[in-house]
Amino acid sequence: MLRIESLSAGYGEAQVLRDVSLHVAEGEVVTLVGRNGAGKSTLLRCLMGLHTQQRGLVEFLGRDLARLPTYRRARLGLGWVPDDRGIFASLSVAEHLTLAPPVGPDPWSLRRVYDTFPVLAERRRFPGTRLSGGEQQMLAMARVLRTGAQLLVCDEPTEGLAPVVVRRIGEIIREVKAHGGTVLLVEQNVHFAATVADRHYLLAEGRIAETLDNAEVRERESELLAYLGI
Amino acid sequence: MVDVTQQLFNGLVGGGFLAMLALGLAVIFGMLRVVNFAHGAFYMLGAFGAYLLLTEAGVNFWLALLIVPVGLAVVGMVLERAFVHRLTRLDPLYNFLLTFGLALILQDAVKSQYGTQSKPYSRPALLDGSLNLGLFEYPRYQVFVLVFALVVCVAVWLVLARTRVGMIIRAATERPELTRALGIDVGRWVTPVFGFGIGLAGLAGVLAAPMRAVHPAMGADLIITVFAVVVIGGLGSIFGAVVAGFAIGMVQALGNLYVPAASQILVFILMAVVLLWRPTGLFGREEVLT
Ligand SMILES: Nc1ncnc2c1ncn2[C@@H]1O[C@H](COP(=O)(O)OP(=O)(O)OP(=O)(O)O)[C@@H](O)[C@H]1O
Ligand SMILES: [Mg+2]
Repeated sequence: MLRIESLSAGYGEAQVLRDVSLHVAEGEVVTLVGRNGAGKSTLLRCLMGLHTQQRGLVEFLGRDLARLPTYRRARLGLGWVPDDRGIFASLSVAEHLTLAPPVGPDPWSLRRVYDTFPVLAERRRFPGTRLSGGEQQMLAMARVLRTGAQLLVCDEPTEGLAPVVVRRIGEIIREVKAHGGTVLLVEQNVHFAATVADRHYLLAEGRIAETLDNAEVRERESELLAYLGI
Repeated sequence: MVDVTQQLFNGLVGGGFLAMLALGLAVIFGMLRVVNFAHGAFYMLGAFGAYLLLTEAGVNFWLALLIVPVGLAVVGMVLERAFVHRLTRLDPLYNFLLTFGLALILQDAVKSQYGTQSKPYSRPALLDGSLNLGLFEYPRYQVFVLVFALVVCVAVWLVLARTRVGMIIRAATERPELTRALGIDVGRWVTPVFGFGIGLAGLAGVLAAPMRAVHPAMGADLIITVFAVVVIGGLGSIFGAVVAGFAIGMVQALGNLYVPAASQILVFILMAVVLLWRPTGLFGREEVLT
């Protein structure tokens, strides 16, 4: 579904990604792990066309994205959940759920969103930024589920959230997968990652250093955590 | 007492002009991140447009109120496509050079054609005379201007608050990249929003023609105050622009009454105080400035 070949990107002189190649097949949940500053968010921004200084191939649903502007990439079915959650202060919760146009074959209905996230229904008239951190994360995910995006691209959705919220996010990702959805997940919490994902890419020094499966992640959990500096 | 209320009424009427102009500046800044220093020139063109339509073609005030803003909105859209959109990737200095240069060109072009003398423009017959407001008699036309300005501001607010286009404009004003990444073609709305802001300036100009002197510098005189209004209201805040517009109108009017010598600088003292207290203005948000 997604294929990245030899992607390089940087900021001015600073090279952040060097020849990164990875792929995500339909129905898979794949995580991208790496230290702070490794370039995980940069990679996702490249995917969305928000980072212009890049070389290499990015292919989604068999289409080369190189010439596509950001909004067209979203319309193709890339649903981005940014690392800062991207909640608008000037939009109500309900407006967040209608802003993005439907893009996939199977967008979630408003009913389904509110059934899954009752707290969003309760707060639907609130300005988005009045929600708690966990609720904002739910809203950011609900917003892209609502569009029916075929590939969810989530940037550290569990960061800084309470264990019960993290569990809830895990459930949602599993539900998406159970319905045939595909997820590329940036995650530092490798323990959590092993509970939701099929495969893991380790990004180090701007390259994909290793590809791990869940068993390997569990086996090497303490080593990985030490490497990631957690 | 009657003096004060009457003066406050004058302030509201003056504030209506400030609010309409500030509103246009605010939507343009929000969507394009461009500060339009030519805004005053379009206000002036609005007034001259009404004057010329009347003298050259016999078109009355009411028709001018429709034709001039629409015409200027089209001019605005053409200018946006031709020049203004090029500013997005350039240093903000070019923003100043382009729009301020445009203001000077428009102003001097009008001056060289029609001179510096004020042009007479009489009130529409329907709005001649005055209205008894209880405490005092007030010119009918001024009351009309106030009501009209309020209706325009409320209508714009409703469009922004209640419609899908309004929601897109709010989102794009706050986080343009994120809005694109959600599948919205923000670029499509940029040109119409610029045209709309210019049209509003033109509308204010037409309304000004029967009650203010129509001359080439009329916009330049006013626009400095409008910038103070936008800064006080909070850069990018639509609501702030409107509230601050009416408030500043009243501050100016009271200044005229009590401290006539200082009435010109009162607004700027107020601006400095507001900025010391709230650097983003009364209703501004942090993100808009970054
Ligand atoms: N706008 C920018 N300008 C210059 N350098 C940047 C910019 N954004 C990020 N960087 C640098 O690029 C590198 C990669 O940043 P990125 O945000 O992609 O890392 P990350 O893996 O997402 O980190 P984190 O785990 O902290 O989110 C970092 O060294 C960062 O300092
Ligand atoms: Mg990051």
